[in-house]
Order: sequence, then structure tokens, then C-alpha cells
Amino acid sequence: MEFLNDLKDQASTAYELLAAGWGVQLLWGIAWTLAVTVVSMLIGATLGSLVAAAKLSHRGGLRFIGESYTTVFRGEPELLIIYLFYYGGTQVLTGVARSTGSIGSTDILNMPSFLGGVLAVGIISGAYQAEVFRGSFLAIHRGELEAARAYGMSAWLRFRLVIMPQVLRLAVPGLGNVWQLTIKDSALISVTGVAELMLTANKAARSTHHSLLFYTLAGILYLVMTSISTPIFDRAERYTSRSFTRPK
Amino acid sequence: MSANVAAAAKAAPSSDETPAISVKDLRKCFGDHEVLKGISLEAHKGDVISILGSSGSGKSTMLRCINLLETPDSGEVRVDGELIKMKRGRDGHQMPADIRQVERIRANLAMVFQSFNLWSHMTVLENLVAAPTHVLKRPRAECLEQAEALLKRVGIWERRNYYPPHMSGGQQQRAAIARALAMNPKVMLFDEPTSALDPELVGEVLRVMRSLAEEGRTMLVVTHEMGFARDVSSKVMLLHKGEVDSVGEPKEMFARPPTPQFKQFIANFNK
Repeated sequence: MEFLNDLKDQASTAYELLAAGWGVQLLWGIAWTLAVTVVSMLIGATLGSLVAAAKLSHRGGLRFIGESYTTVFRGEPELLIIYLFYYGGTQVLTGVARSTGSIGSTDILNMPSFLGGVLAVGIISGAYQAEVFRGSFLAIHRGELEAARAYGMSAWLRFRLVIMPQVLRLAVPGLGNVWQLTIKDSALISVTGVAELMLTANKAARSTHHSLLFYTLAGILYLVMTSISTPIFDRAERYTSRSFTRPK
Repeated sequence: MSANVAAAAKAAPSSDETPAISVKDLRKCFGDHEVLKGISLEAHKGDVISILGSSGSGKSTMLRCINLLETPDSGEVRVDGELIKMKRGRDGHQMPADIRQVERIRANLAMVFQSFNLWSHMTVLENLVAAPTHVLKRPRAECLEQAEALLKRVGIWERRNYYPPHMSGGQQQRAAIARALAMNPKVMLFDEPTSALDPELVGEVLRVMRSLAEEGRTMLVVTHEMGFARDVSSKVMLLHKGEVDSVGEPKEMFARPPTPQFKQFIANFNK
């Protein structure tokens, strides 16, 4: 009985805290988390396709650059990369700004936290996306590429008409995984001060001393975001591979 | 070998006409293995040349050297009299000097592959209009109209909105032939077009190819179909270990095999 009453108390406290403004804060946190993830995914898609192309190149130098990229950014802890970009970026920006005289010799030019964060997470996401794109390219039936050459298509036409649509189709399941990884990585950029979900939950937990409540709540919200994306990617996969499934 | 080539040259139509395809002394190695040891071939407008040979004889490689899907190590290829320009790469290997020229010539040499190689993410109709609209830059409406007509001709118009993986091999190969025709090519190259098909599907593809031969299309056909070689083609060529063993009129060749190789080759198939 006492336990039930206790639970009731807990629930009403939670309600009061959320109604008092933390609820809205958490919603903003979700919005920022999604923004960070989407922008990072786009940065990652751009870098990932370039790196995949480099890794597939017949030029040894390009292959080496591509291999190094994926080895380094998949092999280092994400947090280290974020610190490197944020604090390292601040140091470089400050150095440049001081030497050009645009700020005083004791001033500091901070790396914008959103920019530093999405660059770092995007670069990490790009390393994983590069592997997805590379695998997808290798899964294209060689004969179809040969047919594109035999029909006089230029390299650009082959890419646009045959390679890109098929890489996208084959990449959808893999990109779903990277999307989940990237959502989780976005929590790490709370260290740069972007008020995404993790930082908001942290702030709420510390200022209200209800750590259990807020971290559990944030955990549930992350789970909702990652699990909603699964059926969306499934749908995308069904659509893009419609030419391989039986017609209805 | 040379006696037969000379005989064939005499039998060929008047030489003042520029050959649609002229191949001279084509050589190609894969590593240490010399696949083509100096092949020459001439195809005039309206010729249907069946290229026979056991596997490893170099017949597919020869065909693929004509549209530069394989780069020959030496020798020359002319299409409609135009020499495909080659240069030496840094590693000493020959390579096309002008990729634009190669692309332009390829568009005139539509190829039909053993494994169809239709673009699997496009419907049949999209397969037929992709290269004509983007490579030849013809108006899309006109290409669509022609594509539908071609699909009717090869008998798969009802499947125009299907994706290739949803069709039988015979239907896919007929779609692939229609894709080739949609380029209005000067020469059609067939690389074992029936070898990947179930026996009961071979007939439908051969019927289409026969009708193309009858309307006077210039065709180079690498094939194992002895019936097609004997009854449809205007010239038969047997490759053996990377060399031209014999070449000539099919009726003549099948009635009186000019070489022991050719005799043995058709004997194997008649068994």
C-alpha cells in the first residue's frame, strides 16, 4: 500500500515538473536532436559518397585516403572527435582571428557549438555511410554497368541513370542502421552546449534532483525516436526495391 | 587459315563500299594468356555473321573488343570506315585516345548480352527510352512511341510496365533486343544471346533474331545455335584458340567443312 502511494506521489511530482516548463524544454530537446541528426546525416551522406568513390577508385592515392578516413573515424571514440572539432576548432578559429587582428589578443573566438557538433557527428556518420555506399555499389549487377557503357553512356550518365538509383535502393537498410547510430551520437554533442535532448535531460535532472525521472524519460524518448525510424526505413526499402518484389 | 580468309574476301560484296565493321589483326592477352592472336573480320551492310567456337576460343572477347568493352592490345577496329583511335597508357597498355569517340561509336553498335543486362530498376519501357533520350538526345515522346512499337514487334508490349526481374528469360532477352533496336544501330552485336535461356525459351528469341536478319540488319552473332548459323547467317566464322580457323558461306561450310576443326566442331553439335 505504502509503495502504491509512493508511486502516486512520484507521478504527481513528475506531472508538476513537466507542466512547470520542463516538458516544453524536453520537446525542444527532441527538435534539436532531430535537427542535429538530420544535418549530420546529410553531411555524412555527402562525405560518405565521396569517400566510397575514393575507396572504389583505381587510383592508389585516392584509395589510401578513403581507407584512412574510414579507419580513423570508425576507430576513434566519438567523444574524442567531438572534443577535437569543438575545442580544437575554437583554438584554430581564435588563432586565425587573432593573427588577422579581427579580435583582440586575449579574446577567444568560439567554434559555434551546433556547427562544431554536426561537423563531428557528420564526419563520423560519413565513415559508416561510406561503407554502406561502397557495399551497395559492389552489389550492383556488373552486367548492368557494362550495358550502360555499351550503349554509349558517359561516366556521368552511368552514375545518374544506373549507379545512383541502384546504390540508393541497396543502401536503404544500411542507412537505417547509420541513422540510429547517428541519433545516439547526437547525444554526445551535449558536451558542446547544444540544447538537444541529452543536455536538456541533464539540466533538468541536476536542477530538480530528479535524476531517475528525467533520465528515464529521456531514455524513453530516444527509444521512441529510434523505433519510429524502423518502420519508416522499412517502407522506404519496400518502395525502392519494388522492382525486385513480386507485383501485386 | 589464310587460304580460307582469302577465299571469303573474294566472295565478299564489291569492295568499294565501306564495311560497316572492319577489324584488323586484333590481339588481346589476359595476363600471360593470349586470347586473340590476330583476328581480322569485315562485315558489310546487311551481313549476318555467325561467330562460332568452343568456349575459350576468344569469340566473346573479339566481339567485346569491337565496342571497346575490352581494350585490344593491338590491331585496329573501324566502324563505318572510322578508325577507333587508341593511345598507349603510362603502363604501356593500349587505351582509347578519345572516350567521346568511343561513346559515340558504341551508340551505333547496340549490344545484346548473354545475361540480358537490362537495368533492373527501370521498367521495360524505361529501359528502351533511357539511352535514346539521354545518349542520342532524341525527344522523349518520339522515343516512347518507337519503344512501344518495338515492344509490340518482339511480342511483349503487355509487359511494358514490368520490371525485368519479374519476367522470364525469354521475355527479358526480347526486351533487350528491343532496347538495342531503339538505338537505330548501324550494327547489332549479339553475345551468346540464347546461352542463358531455358531450352523452351530459345525459340522465341531466335525467331526475333531471324526476322531482324530478314529485314537486312547488319549483325555479328556469337552463338552456339548451329541452326541459326547455317540457315540465317550470310557468313560463318569459326574461331579456334584465338585464331580464325575458317570463314565462309554457311551452306558451303556445313556441306563441305573446309577444315578438320570445323568438321569436328559441327560434329560435336550434331551428336
